[in-house]
Amino acid sequence: MSPSPASENSGIWKLIFGRLDWSSLPLHEPIVVGTFIMVMLGGLVVVAGITKYKLWGMLWRDWFTTVDHKRIGIMYMILGLIMFVRGFADAVMMRLQQAMAFNGSEGYLNAHHYDQIFTAHGVIMIFFVAMPMITGIMNYIVPLQIGARDVSFPFLNNFSFWMTTAGAVIVMMSLFVGEFARTGWLAYPPLSGIAYSPGVGVDYYIWGLQIAGIGTLLSGVNLIATIVKMRAPGMNMMKLPVFTWTSLCANILIVAAFPVLTAVLALLSLDRYVGTAFFTNDMGGNPMMYVNLIWIWGHPEVYILILPLFGVFSEVTSTFSNKRLFGYSSMVYATVVIAILSYLVWLHHFFTMGSGASVNSFFGITTMVISIPTGAKLFNWLFTMYRGRIRFDLPMMWTVAFMLTFTVGGMTGVLLAVPPADFVLHNSLFLIAHFHNVIIGGVLFGLFAAINYWWPKAFGFTLDTKWGKRSFWLWVVGFWFAFMPLYILGLMGVTRRMRVFDDPSLQIWFQIAAFGALMIAAGIACMFVQFAVSIINREKLRDTTGDPWNGRTLEWATSSPPPDYNFAFTPVIHDNDAWADMKKRGYQRPLTGYEAIHMPSNTGTGIIIAGLSIAFSVGMIWYIWWLAGLSFVGILAVAIGHTFNYKRDFYIPKDVVERTEGERTALLATQG
Amino acid sequence: MASASPIDPAFLDKDGNPLFHLAHEPHHPEGSSTMLGFWMYLMSDCLIFACLFATYAVLGGNYAAGPGPKDLFDLPLVALNTAMLLFSSITYGFAMLAMEKNRVGATQGWLAITGLFGLAFLSIEMYEFAHLIHEGATPMRSGFLSAFFTLVGTHGLHVTFGCIWLVTLMVQVAKHGLIPANQRRLMCLSMFWHFLDVIWIGVFTFVYLMGMLR
Amino acid sequence: MSAHDHAQNDHGHANHGHGHDDHHDAGAHGSMGSYMIGFGLSVLLTAIPFWLVMTGYFANPQTTAIIIMAFAIVQIVVHMIYFLHMNTRSEGGWSMMALIFTLVLVVITLSGSTWVMYHLNHNMMPTMSHDMSQMP
Repeated sequence: MSPSPASENSGIWKLIFGRLDWSSLPLHEPIVVGTFIMVMLGGLVVVAGITKYKLWGMLWRDWFTTVDHKRIGIMYMILGLIMFVRGFADAVMMRLQQAMAFNGSEGYLNAHHYDQIFTAHGVIMIFFVAMPMITGIMNYIVPLQIGARDVSFPFLNNFSFWMTTAGAVIVMMSLFVGEFARTGWLAYPPLSGIAYSPGVGVDYYIWGLQIAGIGTLLSGVNLIATIVKMRAPGMNMMKLPVFTWTSLCANILIVAAFPVLTAVLALLSLDRYVGTAFFTNDMGGNPMMYVNLIWIWGHPEVYILILPLFGVFSEVTSTFSNKRLFGYSSMVYATVVIAILSYLVWLHHFFTMGSGASVNSFFGITTMVISIPTGAKLFNWLFTMYRGRIRFDLPMMWTVAFMLTFTVGGMTGVLLAVPPADFVLHNSLFLIAHFHNVIIGGVLFGLFAAINYWWPKAFGFTLDTKWGKRSFWLWVVGFWFAFMPLYILGLMGVTRRMRVFDDPSLQIWFQIAAFGALMIAAGIACMFVQFAVSIINREKLRDTTGDPWNGRTLEWATSSPPPDYNFAFTPVIHDNDAWADMKKRGYQRPLTGYEAIHMPSNTGTGIIIAGLSIAFSVGMIWYIWWLAGLSFVGILAVAIGHTFNYKRDFYIPKDVVERTEGERTALLATQG
Repeated sequence: MASASPIDPAFLDKDGNPLFHLAHEPHHPEGSSTMLGFWMYLMSDCLIFACLFATYAVLGGNYAAGPGPKDLFDLPLVALNTAMLLFSSITYGFAMLAMEKNRVGATQGWLAITGLFGLAFLSIEMYEFAHLIHEGATPMRSGFLSAFFTLVGTHGLHVTFGCIWLVTLMVQVAKHGLIPANQRRLMCLSMFWHFLDVIWIGVFTFVYLMGMLR
Repeated sequence: MSAHDHAQNDHGHANHGHGHDDHHDAGAHGSMGSYMIGFGLSVLLTAIPFWLVMTGYFANPQTTAIIIMAFAIVQIVVHMIYFLHMNTRSEGGWSMMALIFTLVLVVITLSGSTWVMYHLNHNMMPTMSHDMSQMP
């Protein structure tokens, strides 16, 4: 973007505002301006509401500065849901554009806007929807499942959340100030290099992901340490709940893969800021190295997304079949094998880029091999259901929908794993259909199963079934309408990321896909109605037992929602499915002998550093060097200052524990 | 379903019934996960370096008609630099031994010497970089030089942060003495410092020595 | 670990009522002797490669390359043992497991990238990669 004449001759403006000026505001885009007004109005209402009911203090004390893994988990989920609305709005806009832009029509989006939308859609859905929601579920459930009071590093947990949020804020900022990347979600150079993308879009992309990446990496370290070090007595590795196992593997992959993303984005930013020659076409750079490195991160990333949900499906299947999971150890080994193999398949994302027969065959074979443990898992779930007393509650419905949908996605994946077939299908809508098939069918359906399954644990009341079922059917049917046409179009050779089309015979397929997208939109609306209706009817839906599904793992042993300290006494584990085992052995809840409980204290350091990181990123994106410098020094100062605080914990007094547990005893007594 | 599996005798109460909870809070020593957590962070850092090494391996021969390693590298200087880092490693070791014996003065002294060696290392590296840039071998000159400066510079940046951290810890030890929290922090920095040493072995072998053999 | 031991430990602690402040794994710090052995070895393992390259002891650079790589690997192991105090027991074996896993990934990243990129260069830029090898 070229600076406007007024600012061009003003050196002082440049010094203060960098390359930010009035032309950076997308006032010429009516859609963006409309969105901006809506967001501002909505924001004002929220801020006014919070101020009117004097909730700021409560928000700061109980939520923003909290180190409680449960509250942080809920905040991750809220972040994910908000960003999901944004990401889905992008999706609907693309579907409408592609359904309209035929017969000489340009559709309603110009190229500059459209290219930002498909980039933002991918980036947001992966980094700011799927990742936060998965991290949120893991954060909430894992410590409960292993009988711990919190994670290993409670402050880091809060910090990680705020860094993820800061990344989301940076990406959202690009909607209203400047532009977002127009490069596709992985920002391949040389297109993303400074020569072809001189604007701020790619910089927004880089800094949004780098800041959020710090959060993701630290939360990965945190959860691994938690699972390794904080398990309740008796819970050896082969007695871990499957969800905790899959979370462990996913977090190992996070710690192993995200540094690669950090490194490759750092190299890209050096190319853009310093003028180095890593991924340039000239001066000895090699853009293919970027593609190579980013997929070394990118492939493990898809398993980071799916593995925890495999755990969710395992928990749901065994709970709602009233049976122990079939083949627990094979499930564990399959998870570990998938985690390792996921590191050996990255080249299948660029078969067509010329590495030749030997390399392609190796990676094609490893890719096909990875479907074997995945298939084993599917059979384990089926055998768990076999002769079980299956209850088709919402979590189970989502699980069955997953099994059907994901299998189709998996099979098209194996098709794509064959290098010659990939030469035909690469970069086509077939690929788009494939990965939406596995990500929606696997990750999103899994998240919905998890939300419906664990909501009562988190909030103390179950979710409304009627609206849940409406949402379910609209989603599942809508999914098939939206993506099956893309398979067909892909087979006909239609490439991805197209804005307008010449061949009128294709239009009907895009219209069907757009219809599917609208059905999904209705499904999302039903989901929000489901939340609202459930909150309104919460007294009727109240779960007083703490165990509404006749659950099998430890999180169901405590109240819903759990007290701050999770368990009044540290549980002792004798067998897999610890809670089912306890119920079988005639467990009696202890009513006396409570002790004071040692807990970590809240801190505002996380949100402060995250805020400074946003300022730092803005400075870097807009070349406002003083801001970047000051905020960087500020980050260092706050971080070092934080280490001078040695008092980071407190005790929940014995009488508070007694009172809390006494209330639960009274509540349970009303059950009879 | 199979009948309940046998229970570990450690988890039976006096009457032989299974225990479902501990009567008293288990003592999780504060910071008992810290060393493992920090080690995992170091492993992730190791992978960042792996990427930089891989980039150097791929781009290291792309001189773009500019200077190559043989024109640029000054092995005696690198040897001196390596010596600085090695010395700082052993002095940090001495600091840890002093910490074991709970001798605050000796610990602080060895930490200070370690920091000085670290600064010497950084000064030599900066001298080397300034010299290269002065000769026109800037990071922008070629893919090889980009990869070289980034790999070596990232290591240098880590040493810089290590030095800042070291000073911070010295202040904290001065303030609170060798309390368990500070001991733990010193052990983390020890891992960090020795880890940077390990990375440097890769750098001097793979970048400098192998570069001279090209 | 066997998480079983871990459980036993916790259990034991609970029975004793109160544990001590902080427990380190035995031998986590090493001794004066082990530090000096490590230092001596690494001086040797650093000096020899430098000497080999600076004097051009072997006429064939490939021989030198292989030898100095071997020295580097040995020196990394020395540092791991004597300075980083790696062993199979610390943190119940998890540190070692993390290290081995990381090393596997480092090897995959390094060898995979060079393999993939070599083939890409070879297939897509035949003349250029040829020219590169002729460069000084």
